[in-house]
Amino acid sequence: MTSATAVDDIVGSEYEHGFTTEIASETFPPGLDEGVVRAISARKGEPEFMTEWRLKAYRHWLTMPEPAWAAVHYPKIDFQSISYFSAPKRPEDMPKSLDEIDPVLLDTYNKLGIPLEEQKALAGIAVDAVFDSVSVATTFRKSLAEAGVIFCSISEAVHDYPELIQQHLGSVVPHTDNYYAALNAAVYSDGTFVYVPKGVRCPMELSTYFRINARNTGQFERTLIVAEAGSYVSYLEGCTAPQRDENQLHAAVVELIAMDDAEIKYSTVQNWYPGDAQGKGGIYNFVTKRGDCRGARSKISWTQVETGSAITWKYPSCLLRGDDSIGEFYSVAVTKGRQQADTGTKMIHIGKNTSSTIVSKGISAGEGTQTYRGLVRIGPRAEGARNHTQCDSLLIGDRCSANTFPYIEVKHPSANMEHEATTSKISDDQLFYCRSRGLTEEDAVSMIVNGFCKEVFNELPMEFAVEAQKLLSISLEGAVG
Amino acid sequence: MLAVKGLKANVGGKEILRGLDFSVGPGEVHAIMGPNGSGKSTFAHVLSGREGYEVTAGSATFEGQDLLALEPEERAQLGLFLAFQYPVELPGVNNTYFLKAALNSILKARGQPELDAVSFLRLIKEKLKILHLDDSLLKRAVNAGFSGGEKKRNEIFQMALLEPKLAILDETDSGLDIDALRVVADGVNALRSPERSMIVVTHYQRLLDYIQPDHVHVLSKGRIIRSGGKELALELEEKGYGWIDAEGQAA
Ligand SMILES: Nc1ncnc2c1ncn2[C@@H]1O[C@H](COP(=O)(O)OP(=O)(O)OP(=O)(O)O)[C@@H](O)[C@H]1O
Ligand SMILES: [Mg+2]
Repeated sequence: MTSATAVDDIVGSEYEHGFTTEIASETFPPGLDEGVVRAISARKGEPEFMTEWRLKAYRHWLTMPEPAWAAVHYPKIDFQSISYFSAPKRPEDMPKSLDEIDPVLLDTYNKLGIPLEEQKALAGIAVDAVFDSVSVATTFRKSLAEAGVIFCSISEAVHDYPELIQQHLGSVVPHTDNYYAALNAAVYSDGTFVYVPKGVRCPMELSTYFRINARNTGQFERTLIVAEAGSYVSYLEGCTAPQRDENQLHAAVVELIAMDDAEIKYSTVQNWYPGDAQGKGGIYNFVTKRGDCRGARSKISWTQVETGSAITWKYPSCLLRGDDSIGEFYSVAVTKGRQQADTGTKMIHIGKNTSSTIVSKGISAGEGTQTYRGLVRIGPRAEGARNHTQCDSLLIGDRCSANTFPYIEVKHPSANMEHEATTSKISDDQLFYCRSRGLTEEDAVSMIVNGFCKEVFNELPMEFAVEAQKLLSISLEGAVG
Repeated sequence: MLAVKGLKANVGGKEILRGLDFSVGPGEVHAIMGPNGSGKSTFAHVLSGREGYEVTAGSATFEGQDLLALEPEERAQLGLFLAFQYPVELPGVNNTYFLKAALNSILKARGQPELDAVSFLRLIKEKLKILHLDDSLLKRAVNAGFSGGEKKRNEIFQMALLEPKLAILDETDSGLDIDALRVVADGVNALRSPERSMIVVTHYQRLLDYIQPDHVHVLSKGRIIRSGGKELALELEEKGYGWIDAEGQAA
């Protein structure tokens, strides 16, 4: 086998989770105007404040130009051709237990390797599964409630905890922040709300699986996690999507708030359909994720493994406002075929003695292009701020590329900044060495890639780390230098 | 066990192996010597299936199978092992993990049961003793940051673990200090058995003092120009390669 054909094999490895579930959904006709925004709000029976909040965002969105600066290329999105709401058929009688869940849906999760029933018993993970836009299953509510942790869909939170929502929603990512954040605020369909009270250590990993399903329906998830003083929570987000023809827009907003001494660990394993070999049909993933280290000594860590999507535009960020607060970003991103990723992080140091760590591992194969864009800003009051940035790129084959753009703005002379960057290739020597020991090309590549990503995988919770490794092996099947 | 006939191979459009005849029987140890650039490593790479070598003529059979038609991993699974002249670094790949994956891949291909973590660690402990190797190397990434000598020892350690039928040791002695040479040679001798054959590529008689070969060959310009018993190595040490070349031309 020559190197060139082998590289084509990875590009040719078909998306494993490409299938569509047949569930009758009630979907709005395509198009967006104030009427649609009101209809979404009405459909969800939202209180007045929420309707007004959406409308304000919608009106602002109308005034904003679509961003064009990210190093990605795609046909212009027609926002009027997207349907802004879709829900499984019987939203009014939401299931109380797994027995009430549509068996077709459960089967979908099983095909995705997420056996909900088993998960319940396994690892102690509470699962808030988001199917299309409405939560359909929530488990482990009880033991969370005993600890005082709120873990529910954001729609429920709007009804049950309106004060918390009014206080925090949009406080980290205001609707004025960017084009997609404004759109999301106007039309968000559902998502997850987590509230961890003062001094509480959340007794289990919280996890949500996302899956885009209904044809042509953009997903506008909204996640809000509030960790009160001295609390701790670890949240896992994972998603896959079925194969389809049209590009699908996903514009989520994630807001994290950590008060004094609180810690939030947010992990993502993302495996959306990347499109066919020509890049047709993949997911457009334009996400705004931001963590606010509001309190002193608070800590927020983002860990992400990104293997999917046709286009990814995503910069999980930390606002380090509290003195001695810590921001971390650990990322593995894979681009293959015609995938494009423009991703990175922003660490905004505002408080004194704040520190941030960035470890970014980019893997490109086929004709994948990947851009790391990182901003580290040390504000004028951020005395004693420290940052360590490490950006490593691994190239598989000769037709892919990786770029690194570190932006650094330092407004305080005491800042301590370290930056390391490397680019390497899986060499023929390495592959031959492994193969001469009896390993197949695939095993060799997956072993080298996993070794390359180890620092990031170490940050993931155990079960997720195993899943992430599997995912990487699947997505790089047949890859050779 | 191994039979090579009239083997010719090009690298980068240049003919490096120019009609090589060579055969190894079960349990035999053959030494290949020869000047720099004569094609020793090329021969080893062609036998183990490295890409980039174009075989233009001849054949190589291993245990009755056409070796040249097989992928490198299939050759390894059949029982061929190459200890590299320049072992390759695999940053981030844990050495123990690598060895376990390699061994299990070979066992699996042979339809034998794979080893679980416990029996593998037991096996590793046993083999470490033979080579007096420090187990801290096993916790590190494969060859990454290893000293020259550590890399070579690690190669022989891999060989001890994978238990090949035919091992090719490409200048395993170079870069080893005197004590390490002794340890490695002891390790190799411990692995000698009536079923296991070895091809030892070396420039120095010293290694052959420890690992006594049954046959010694001189490779020059892509051909075996002289074969003999272990006394041939001594003669070479004394007179250099020029002696054979001159003789060859005179004849
Ligand atoms: N990729 C390549 N492209 C061109 N020439 C090559 C390539 N690889 C090897 N050669 C040449 O082939 C010849 C034989 O090399 P080889 O490494 O087999 O020699 P050797 O006998 O092992 O030498 P040494 O004793 O120095 O290890 C050398 O002239 C070398 O330059
Ligand atoms: Mg050589």
